[in-house]
Amino acid sequence: MMRVNARTLPFLATLGVFILLYALCALQYPAMLSSRVIANLLTDNAFLGVLAVGMTFVILSGGIDLSVGAVMGFTTVALAVMIEGAGLHPLVSFTIMLVGGALFGCGIGAAIHWLKAPPFIVTLTAMFLARGAALLLSTDSIPVRHEFYQTLSGLSLTLPGGGRLGLIALLMLLAFVAGGVLLHFTRAGLKVYALGGNARFAGLMGIDTARTTILVYGVSSTMAALAGIIFSLYTRSGYALTGVGVELDAIAAVVIGGTLLSGGVGGMAGSLIGVLIQGLILTWITFDGSLSSWWTKIAIGMLLFIFIGLQRLILQFSAPTRRTG
Amino acid sequence: MGDLAATLLSAHGLTRTYPGVRALDGVDLTLRAGEIHALLGENGAGKSTLINLLTGAQPVEAGSIHLDGREVRPKSPAEAAANGIVAVYQEITLLPNLSVAENIYLGREPTRFGLVDRARMRREAALLLARFGLSIDPAQPLSAFSTAVQQLIAIARAVDMSARVLILDEPTASLDSAEVAVLFRLMRELAASGMAVLFVTHFLDQVYEVTDRITVLRGGKLVGERRTAALPRLDLVAMMLGKLPSGDSHLQRHAAREPGAPFVTVNGLGKQHLVAPFNAEIRQGEVLGVAGLLGSGRTETALLLFGAERADAGEIIVDGRPVTLKGPRDAIRLGFGFCPEDRKLDGIVPDLSIAENIVLALQARLGWMKRLPPARQRELADTYIKLLNIRTPDAEKPIQLLSGGNQQKALLARWLATQPRLLILDEPTRGIDVGAHAEIILLLEKLRDEGMALYVISSEVEEVAAYADRVMVMRERRQAGMLAGDDVTPSAIIDAIVMPGAVPPSGRAA
Repeated sequence: MMRVNARTLPFLATLGVFILLYALCALQYPAMLSSRVIANLLTDNAFLGVLAVGMTFVILSGGIDLSVGAVMGFTTVALAVMIEGAGLHPLVSFTIMLVGGALFGCGIGAAIHWLKAPPFIVTLTAMFLARGAALLLSTDSIPVRHEFYQTLSGLSLTLPGGGRLGLIALLMLLAFVAGGVLLHFTRAGLKVYALGGNARFAGLMGIDTARTTILVYGVSSTMAALAGIIFSLYTRSGYALTGVGVELDAIAAVVIGGTLLSGGVGGMAGSLIGVLIQGLILTWITFDGSLSSWWTKIAIGMLLFIFIGLQRLILQFSAPTRRTG
Repeated sequence: MGDLAATLLSAHGLTRTYPGVRALDGVDLTLRAGEIHALLGENGAGKSTLINLLTGAQPVEAGSIHLDGREVRPKSPAEAAANGIVAVYQEITLLPNLSVAENIYLGREPTRFGLVDRARMRREAALLLARFGLSIDPAQPLSAFSTAVQQLIAIARAVDMSARVLILDEPTASLDSAEVAVLFRLMRELAASGMAVLFVTHFLDQVYEVTDRITVLRGGKLVGERRTAALPRLDLVAMMLGKLPSGDSHLQRHAAREPGAPFVTVNGLGKQHLVAPFNAEIRQGEVLGVAGLLGSGRTETALLLFGAERADAGEIIVDGRPVTLKGPRDAIRLGFGFCPEDRKLDGIVPDLSIAENIVLALQARLGWMKRLPPARQRELADTYIKLLNIRTPDAEKPIQLLSGGNQQKALLARWLATQPRLLILDEPTRGIDVGAHAEIILLLEKLRDEGMALYVISSEVEEVAAYADRVMVMRERRQAGMLAGDDVTPSAIIDAIVMPGAVPPSGRAA
């Protein structure tokens, strides 16, 4: 039997909270057990999940990425302009945005590494750049009426019980699987953990910290572009102010999922649970019907607070056995 | 002497300069296969810099490194490791958040179809660790293990990376004697398998126990290389602390003078695990020198005297009255000043200006309510810049832009501005160039002649012998002697440091 490791404890706690919450919801509203609700939970939070995949890399590496919401917003507008304005095929537009996002992220990583600038400042700068560029393209919401969008939204996997898992939910789950494999089962993934543990030591141990930093922010911005594509498919429009503040939701999801904000400890599965907890609270509020949806924020705030306190406690009790000479 | 065929690594003329100080100056090093080689020297001798150059952590400025007769010029620790040169530091530079197995194989994990094969990684890690006498679960996080085990894991990683030259930087500093014995057995096995082991330490007993050859550095220069068996301990300490090969001529023992009135008397002051009770008397207009090897407890005496560490035994008498020091503030109130050993760490505030650094201690004594007006600050700073001959265009430059010697003078100025009655100096002449060296010594002599009491810790035995009226010698964290008058000579100090004949038990941790 696997021994319970102090480092997996936050994840197990999150999983416990999720199961408990779901059980409470189901007790009150048995309809919440239906596959339709589950499918909607995944679909409605697909963009947030994809952002959380990228954010997991960033936070594990000891960084932060404030630009993802703006990159996502820019992507929705740019897609609308390319498809409706320039008449490009959506698949071509998607490719352009994903490659562009990757390059943008690599630039952020390079700036953080070589300018030795704090990630907070560099990604804040990137956030302003992306949001500004989006507003420059258009300040209006642009609908996307391309028939390929219709085709894509028709694609779905029917679950037992009648729930339909749409393309964007599948894309999110795919992102989590791919991100999880990259993070947990490749050399590159371990380097991300090494960087988050102690960047100087990682360098001394022969890790190429420049490449790893660039990879991390490259992944994050690519995921932000993918989240933009998903949001574009979800709303069939492009709007420059899409995703204001969602970078903070993504950070919250990752931290609730058991990843230490200081880096080096955590994992991909927790982030998915973190996203689902946020979605679950919103769903419950929708079912209730009388509460303002802003209660979600308050609930998330309290959860975050509890989890950060919990992590601190665990960290203190599992402190390395130090010895004096 | 050396069997040339067995030479594994040879470095020639390695040089590295930091702003204001030449950290390494044309140093040679030869490591032979199958040999354990000690690298010795006091703090600031250039040991760390030499290691950094060998491992590519810093670029080589001048000189060359040959491994197996082929020139290598590692640009990063990764590149040095690929060549077979790996260092393990006293500070464990592994990652506490990763598992033991991940730490050992980081960057070269066994893979299967492009994915990391964790099961195989754990199996191989367990096998490797067993060879090093460790039967631990490699899936556990590194932070679950003691420093000693982490050290062995670090060595296992280094050796497994097919290291041919293994550099161990103060590996025994945090180990107990049983752990040291395990480490030494391992070092001998590794050497016997044809590796070269470079062992950096300040425990001389361990040097004699385990090494075949010794290289001594001093002030960034090579003092010499000897076979351990052919180098008596006395000669070794003389190489480390005694006359520099170049020789200084500005050092001359001053004439004996009338001692002033006793200012501070220390009776049996000590603290468990820090330094055994010691006695000393510090008179006005007198320099009390404190000599000893690194780790002998010399700095610790100053920490107690300044209240930076609280003594648990003995008393301090100032002007005939016993005092208790609850902290440095009490000491400052009594008119004590303290220039610590590591100016970068404990002394200067690098981003503040020279003037701000100089007025810092005085301002602290006045309290933050009574702020020194800027004009007065400038005036004070200018006075001391002129008095101590600090070379700077103006007092508003950030202090980090000054050379080491001028930083040291600014630190001295900080305490002089408080007009102390007792000035404690820990290694005031370390890491600064020869000219500044002489100036600082002249300044100390001037302060003494003006009636200040000085407590000067130094590993420069020649210097201490020149300016100190009396010398307290520390060994193994206890007072080993007090020399006065005509007994204050370099050779007498070295004799007292080494105390030939009495070989203490080895493998003692500091």
